Amino acid sequence: MNNAATTSCKKVPKEKMLKEIQELQFALVELTLYLDMYPTDRRAVCQYNVLSEKLNVLRTQYQMEHGALFAFGEFPSKYPWEWVKTPWPWEV
Amino acid sequence: MWIYEKKLQIPVHVEKCDLQMAKFLITQYGGPDGELSAALRYLNQRYTMPNERAKALLTDIGTEELAHLEIIATLVYKLVKDATPDEMKRAGLGGHYADHRTALFYSDAQGNPWTATYIQAKGEPIADLTEDIAAEEKARVTYENLIRLTDDRGIIDALTYLREREVVHSQRFREALFIVEEHNKNHKYDSNQYYNPMSGSEIFTNTNINPEDILR
Repeated sequence: MNNAATTSCKKVPKEKMLKEIQELQFALVELTLYLDMYPTDRRAVCQYNVLSEKLNVLRTQYQMEHGALFAFGEFPSKYPWEWVKTPWPWEV
Repeated sequence: MWIYEKKLQIPVHVEKCDLQMAKFLITQYGGPDGELSAALRYLNQRYTMPNERAKALLTDIGTEELAHLEIIATLVYKLVKDATPDEMKRAGLGGHYADHRTALFYSDAQGNPWTATYIQAKGEPIADLTEDIAAEEKARVTYENLIRLTDDRGIIDALTYLREREVVHSQRFREALFIVEEHNKNHKYDSNQYYNPMSGSEIFTNTNINPEDILR
């Protein structure tokens, strides 16, 4: 599964990168709920792990460029403290 | 513990200011079949579920409902943010403005405040999961109603997504209920043992899976 953020050397617009993260995470949310009911589905567990790794790559890239998506220690901050500055989702 | 991710689950846009629609939408924020009810119901019921899969499911769906709550809040926020008091009054939101200005608040489409009487936890899994299935169906219907009340494409896209999620949640709760009923019917079946309740056998026993087989 190719996506612009990991295969292109050109700068990907923020909105596009965020959308790719949202789409990938959607698949993972679906897999999570499914696996909660069918924990012995080997194929689904494998798919979950592959997609999870992809999501981490995308997230790291996004956060390095546009600031942390999480507080409480998930990702480092530039100075001054970025979390208060990055746009709030309902304003995007 | 909850970690907050500073993004919406899906991108959300509205075409234009529509205060009347905001008034209707708020029912999925603080109304009886809305996302707050769903989130609090599931996150509360999970403590006394008798098997691990149900605890996981209620935790995860409850968490997703909080994300949906944020989507509804974003829709309402975008619809209302530039409204004047006069516009609010004309849209039937004069009372809301008096109490809250343009702030959001947990109420139904008539302004009745959210109440814990919207949810229940009987502490018995068949009653609780049956309520959860019903809750998802009611939420689905409410989204269908709301979709019919607007022609704003941005709002319709968001509501269509949320409606689909309710359908999926309902499916998962039905499966969870099945597991509990199986356990009750057949005491040799331990609901913490994993096997496919539908066929009685383990599914997908292929141990030679490569990631390339899955990603196309």
